[in-house]
Amino acid sequence: MLGMTRKDAMMLAIVAIVALLAPFILNPFPVDSGFAQFNAGYPDLMQRFAIFGIFAIGFNILFGLTGYLSFGHAAFLGVGSYAAIWMMKLLTTNILPGMVMGIIVAGLFALVVGFISLRRSGIYFAILTLAFAQMSYALAYSVLTPITGGETGLQLKLNDARVLDAPLAPGERADANLFGIDMTSSYDLIVGGWQFTFNAGYYIAAVVLVLAFYLSIRIFRSPFGMMLRAIKSNNTRMTYTGLNARPYALAAFVISGMYAGLAGGLMVAMDTQVGPERMFWTASGEVVLMTILGGAGTLIGPVLGAGLIKYMENIISKINSSILHEWFYWMPDGLEDFVITLIYPFVGKGWHLTLGIVFMLVVIFLPGGLVEGGQRIKRLFESKKARKTSDQTTPAE
Amino acid sequence: MGILEVKNVNKRFGGLQALSDMNLSIAENTVHAIIGPNGAGKSTLLNVLVGKLIPDTGSVMFDGQSVLGRKPYEINQMGISRVFQTPEIFGDLTVLENMMIPIFAKRDGAFRMHAIESVGNERAVVQQAEHMLESLNMADQRHNHSASMSRGNKRRLEIGMCLSQEPRLLLLDEPTAGMARADTNNTIDLLKQIKEERDITIAIIEHDMHVVFSLAERITVLAQGTPLVEDTPDNIKGHPKVREAYLGESATA
Repeated sequence: MLGMTRKDAMMLAIVAIVALLAPFILNPFPVDSGFAQFNAGYPDLMQRFAIFGIFAIGFNILFGLTGYLSFGHAAFLGVGSYAAIWMMKLLTTNILPGMVMGIIVAGLFALVVGFISLRRSGIYFAILTLAFAQMSYALAYSVLTPITGGETGLQLKLNDARVLDAPLAPGERADANLFGIDMTSSYDLIVGGWQFTFNAGYYIAAVVLVLAFYLSIRIFRSPFGMMLRAIKSNNTRMTYTGLNARPYALAAFVISGMYAGLAGGLMVAMDTQVGPERMFWTASGEVVLMTILGGAGTLIGPVLGAGLIKYMENIISKINSSILHEWFYWMPDGLEDFVITLIYPFVGKGWHLTLGIVFMLVVIFLPGGLVEGGQRIKRLFESKKARKTSDQTTPAE
Repeated sequence: MGILEVKNVNKRFGGLQALSDMNLSIAENTVHAIIGPNGAGKSTLLNVLVGKLIPDTGSVMFDGQSVLGRKPYEINQMGISRVFQTPEIFGDLTVLENMMIPIFAKRDGAFRMHAIESVGNERAVVQQAEHMLESLNMADQRHNHSASMSRGNKRRLEIGMCLSQEPRLLLLDEPTAGMARADTNNTIDLLKQIKEERDITIAIIEHDMHVVFSLAERITVLAQGTPLVEDTPDNIKGHPKVREAYLGESATA
């Protein structure tokens, strides 16, 4: 089906259905229940899930397949964002030209960075990409201020040129849209105590995510994808089999740079502003964490990793001491304070600590990431089932 | 004229003359063994042939074309395949995928951006790879990870991968090093079978005299980076100079 095996088509279908039903799945708790703060089904966060999912899928094509660890992928995301916002300033508030330009400019930038960085491998490659990304950050922050807006970044303004758009009516704002559909427009469905929000921007990001996932399945299953895995597995054998590893790795690098540019363009489409901090090295590190946490080299892993990290960043960081007191009010006073003192460092601003512990546990006990965890659980069930059937067939003695 | 002509090749590493006035001619469709004590320059010679090292002087012609200055992958595309001392295979990939990669490399050249086609739809390549695995008696292992195989099987797979490219010259670097007797004999049988079935030139570097005398039609003995003698196995066995320099008691055993 669509050039995929049944198993892959099934996985794509599951991703598409989950993306479609995300407003329901991510909002399992009624609005005024105590658990409402664990609801992740609000537009801003759902958009982040989709955008960082795309970013991580692209990163995984490079890191998961070829094993080249880039520590500067946020630069491509940032460059894509700047390109997109300039299209929205100069041409039109329609997000399509911006996204296309984000992909193209990030791809060209990745071609240059990849061409130079891929002369080295391993740790030296990682350092080279990191250096490029930090240079990009520094350029965007200061030197290129006329283009990037420096520290404050760029926003859409009323007096932007926008040559393709009709002039704004008085009092009208320049809003990102797709052929008139406003990215911020939402429809709220209220069922009993539950509230489900269907946001135009999220659904556009979700469609792009599903397409990006489909493309990554095709790349994984192609002869090209096999060559990329061959680079990771044994570069010597690759060379002595008459294959030139360099252009293969460069192509993977550019493709993953284009995915990052697409994610950057989408970020601008959802929230029409850019700042240089988007290219900071911590942002590059985050996508590495997402990919490893979910399972590098697996199809679905990066999406899961991106989802988990963004969920923790947005949900755990919102838990503060008054919420903790609400949860544990039923405890005797001394014990309550003690428990809260124990938990407090791991929530709120301390969410990084929780992330670090989760990351350590995954890397140590599940080197294949969340995907490996899922496979282990599946195997456990299968072996239990197998044991059960064998128990039934062999008569008791 | 042989298919491979090495003329006056010199290679120096600092104070060590690894190859000095090396001359070698390998005739088409023969099995040619290169033997010699440690440090005789066997590995240096091999690395010059595959493009890993560039000699200081001299020429290396393969089928009338110079290989010097070409990258290893380009030399492979000319028709020279190399088997390593420790089997170099794609350990993370399945046995079938291992076998498909050289077939793709033969068909598509050093690089092709075939990113949208599905491997499953490449029927001709899959069939050719499966056929090759059958002839190696490895068809039942085709979905196994190649890293989990025994050393003997890894060696078989690596030789099969090289053969699937239909090379004109197959270079083997101590193909039975570190192998049990049974695996060694299997490898000898495999190489004999290959030689019978197809037109191929095989150059083999080997320490194990049992392997050398079972396979070789010509033998070159290297010592101190230069050829000492070149002759048929029978003459080499009795050659006094060779016995003295290298063979010792093992030739009579």
